[in-house]
Amino acid sequence: MKSWLALIGRDLRLAWRQRGDLFMAVSFFLLVAALFPFALGPEPNLLLRIGPGVVWVAALLALLLSLERLFALEQEDGSLDLLLLSPLPAEAIVLAKAASHWLTTGLPLVLAAPIVALIYNLPFDGYGVLLLSLLLGTASLSLFGATGAALCLGARRGGVLLPLLVLPLAVPVLIFGTAAVDAMLAGLAARPHLLLLSALLLLALPIAAFAGAAGLRQAAE
Amino acid sequence: MGTPNDMATGDESLPARQLEARELGCLRGGWPIFAGVTFALSAGEALVLVGTNGSGKSSLLRLLAGYLPVAAGELLWRGVPLSKDPDLHRSRTRYLGHLDAIKAALTPREDLSFWAQLHAQPDRRVEAALAAFSLQELADRPGRMLSAGQRRRLALARLTVSPAPLWLLDEPTVGLDTASQKALVAAIARHRAAGGMLIMATHQALPGVTDAAQRLDMNRYRPLPPDPEALLL
Repeated sequence: MKSWLALIGRDLRLAWRQRGDLFMAVSFFLLVAALFPFALGPEPNLLLRIGPGVVWVAALLALLLSLERLFALEQEDGSLDLLLLSPLPAEAIVLAKAASHWLTTGLPLVLAAPIVALIYNLPFDGYGVLLLSLLLGTASLSLFGATGAALCLGARRGGVLLPLLVLPLAVPVLIFGTAAVDAMLAGLAARPHLLLLSALLLLALPIAAFAGAAGLRQAAE
Repeated sequence: MGTPNDMATGDESLPARQLEARELGCLRGGWPIFAGVTFALSAGEALVLVGTNGSGKSSLLRLLAGYLPVAAGELLWRGVPLSKDPDLHRSRTRYLGHLDAIKAALTPREDLSFWAQLHAQPDRRVEAALAAFSLQELADRPGRMLSAGQRRRLALARLTVSPAPLWLLDEPTVGLDTASQKALVAAIARHRAAGGMLIMATHQALPGVTDAAQRLDMNRYRPLPPDPEALLL
């Protein structure tokens, strides 16, 4: 566990030293979300209707941006070889990298989401459900993303392959995340959708650990 | 949970052979790299791999580190096949490849202390490792400011941060000046005196190491050339 935290700690420190990259994902998220009103017109009812979906799609695209480098940098400089010889099993390495990806990309997006909610004039009592669904959903997306990043290691054109691999996995998260916010706006219970999001998160953990670890071992050959 | 040194699992009469390779063969991407590699190492012994470029020195080291699967033959640690417990083999192996694994934004001290924490080693080993390769003055400089030779010294210092019985070094002397080579020789001597084993690929004679080691000429283990017609089909 201590070794696991040491790896996350190092990644957070590296991310903080290069914090320009952190703001990149958040700015991209805000920009994409701000584009829709320009394209569709500022009609409040329309914006309220598409708001939840836009937040989710923008968050998903922003998360994809930084995924490719998640393991590629470690492989390029030789760190991956050394990590694979550490006491951490490859499964734990994938989970640690997913955790640091979420802390450096997912969490800032969740924190920036109220700005987007404001643009789309979502009612204030919906913010709780929106943020909770994003917290659960972005964590799953980081896990699926880390899986894809590990599997694409060493593939030529990994940057193109990665979204093709990750986006289909992201669809259920997108559906239940948007449904949670929509349900709340329609005055229905958001709880079932949030529970389904939690279930997806639990499902993503073993998938990321095992498939991701296989990808890392393959990449070291 | 380690086995005591005197508990040899194989032939009791022979000197305790720690690591033994029998007729090892290696494939990379379907191409044979070498075949029939056989050697045995006891505690404190060193093996130097020599051979022309492309003769499979790096592949053999990667195979011994467990990155590449054993395609033919057997690899034994005290008589037990390594594939039985890959996790255990990881914990007793340190590898240094062509890349130095240095992060531009981390200082050498932070770098070594991360690897010490990862291997659950006390922080005092970090200072000792910095001193062993005269890195104290560079300890707080970011990695991007280090020269090629300094990066190599940091990568070598990392080996000494967490002790392990088997060192696999792939051309460790590249870019090192005379003083740093002496530091490497001293580090290897300490490692071997503590019962550690060393397998090193090199093109360069390293006084104090290469003259007191077994030699394995990788040119002798060229695989049979694959049937060209079979490859075309």
